[in-house]
Amino acid sequence: MYNLKERLIKILFTVLAFASLFFLLGIVFVLFKESLPIVFELNIFKFLTGTHWYPTHEPAEFGILPLMMASLWVTVGAMFVCIPLGIGTALYVNELASLRQKQFLKPVIEILSGIPSIVYGFFGMLIMAPLIQQIFNIPTGLNALTASIVLGIMAIPTVASISEDALSFVPKSFKEASYALGANRWQTLIKVIIPAAASGISTSIILGMSRVVGETMTVLMVSGGAAVMPRSFFDPVRPMTSTIAAEMGEAAVGSIHYHSLFAIGLILFLVTLVFNAFAEMISRKYRIKLGLDR
Amino acid sequence: MKNKIIQALGFSLITLSVIITLIFLVGIIYLIISKGISVISWEFLTSVPRKGMTAGGVAPAIVGTFYLTVGAVLFALPLGLACAVYLNEYSPKGFIVNIIRMSINNLAGVPSVVFGLFGLAVFVKFLGFGVSILSGSLTLGILILPAIISASQEALMAVPQSIREASLALGATQWQTIRKAVIPAAIPGIMTGVILSIGRAAGETAPILFTAATFYKRGYPTSIFSEVMALPYHIYALMTEGTKPDLQTPIAYGCALILLVIVLLVSAVAIILRNKYRSAYVH
Repeated sequence: MYNLKERLIKILFTVLAFASLFFLLGIVFVLFKESLPIVFELNIFKFLTGTHWYPTHEPAEFGILPLMMASLWVTVGAMFVCIPLGIGTALYVNELASLRQKQFLKPVIEILSGIPSIVYGFFGMLIMAPLIQQIFNIPTGLNALTASIVLGIMAIPTVASISEDALSFVPKSFKEASYALGANRWQTLIKVIIPAAASGISTSIILGMSRVVGETMTVLMVSGGAAVMPRSFFDPVRPMTSTIAAEMGEAAVGSIHYHSLFAIGLILFLVTLVFNAFAEMISRKYRIKLGLDR
Repeated sequence: MKNKIIQALGFSLITLSVIITLIFLVGIIYLIISKGISVISWEFLTSVPRKGMTAGGVAPAIVGTFYLTVGAVLFALPLGLACAVYLNEYSPKGFIVNIIRMSINNLAGVPSVVFGLFGLAVFVKFLGFGVSILSGSLTLGILILPAIISASQEALMAVPQSIREASLALGATQWQTIRKAVIPAAIPGIMTGVILSIGRAAGETAPILFTAATFYKRGYPTSIFSEVMALPYHIYALMTEGTKPDLQTPIAYGCALILLVIVLLVSAVAIILRNKYRSAYVH
């Protein structure tokens, strides 16, 4: 009797444990199913490489290249902000901060990473956009540059905290050996510690990128929203995420527009999936290399 | 000499980057507090919006965010805890565990707007829940599931093996051990995970965009099938819709402040608790 109950409970837990897999597969299934109709309605090649996104025109045109380019530009731009500042912050916390500064900075960075993206969007709209508009004397501050900067700021805590973890995993003996050979702190940092933590740092960058690519509300509010091929960083753009968020409300269920928004979601999902797989692969290799794998 | 100069230069660059980071991040918080504080009043927190969202309070949005968040936790906590218990207490190491781990990691990386699409297709349309608290809560619940699993797993792992052995030695079965010895010991850790997820769920906008949120609703929700106002969505709507930005922006500042206070307070409490709890077991 007892045995039966124990077994049933174990089976129940086993089933529930598959919830994540179930939802992940569910997401994949829904995205494929809802984007499939465009294969019959549109030319896939044109969908991916077309430069005109006029979903509500007559006749409508569905080319998502401008949206993908916008996501690419904004993501690359954000990297210029969050890589130096994020890694710099991690190095400071790990190498230069006193114990008290460390005890302050580490939780602060973690808490800051919880600021909701809508708040970054709000800040970008009210402060950063007017500032950029004035500095560069351009017609609108809502453009790719502003979006890049705000997204970059948003991703700093992600990059900083994961990089800092990687730096703190570097064995002390590496550092001591370097000092013993007469290297100073900077040389040790650049030639020993950073290379030893390189894969962890790259993981942080990839995860930061993944977060930026998938970020919705911030870009929806500050990128300007023009679905045209970006020519310069001062152009308003419309990345993939904000296209979905802005247009899903208007798209009639079952229309080509509706299905193409799901197709954009599918592409977005696949991109972040690849990023996460890369991050996972790198961090696994690195754990083995430093002998951290149990 | 040359080495010393390079080192000084390098270290000042690193210090500079920390300063810039702090200026940005602390600046955002400072800005919202300083501009939002003047809007906050008892009336703002407890009354309904008036004059086409240009005056009055934001109580329905606060209530809506509360319902959505509670719903998400009610859905994700039992599932997440069960998953963590399986991975930590029952699972044989191997193929199945790897698959589950992989799916948790990947689910954690899915963009929030994609969760919104999933919620729209499955809960709103397929299951027919409509744009409602229920659809929004379930969508947010899936979004926070990976975080709840990881936190619960960490908490279960921190329970010393001796507690399990003592319970088993007294003749308790594995389930009795888990229920009466392991989970109670892990509760503080699980709670911090839950609190952190509350902060996350309360601040998310994209997943509720097509599953739960609405801008124009004057009263309070009446059932789990009502659509709701929610703080993050309200900020977005105030900034992008409506015709009186000069009246709407201060209200948006007020909402941003409430949201920020909820999220930061909640996560600060959780992080401090967790750090205490972690060191309690290390030493």
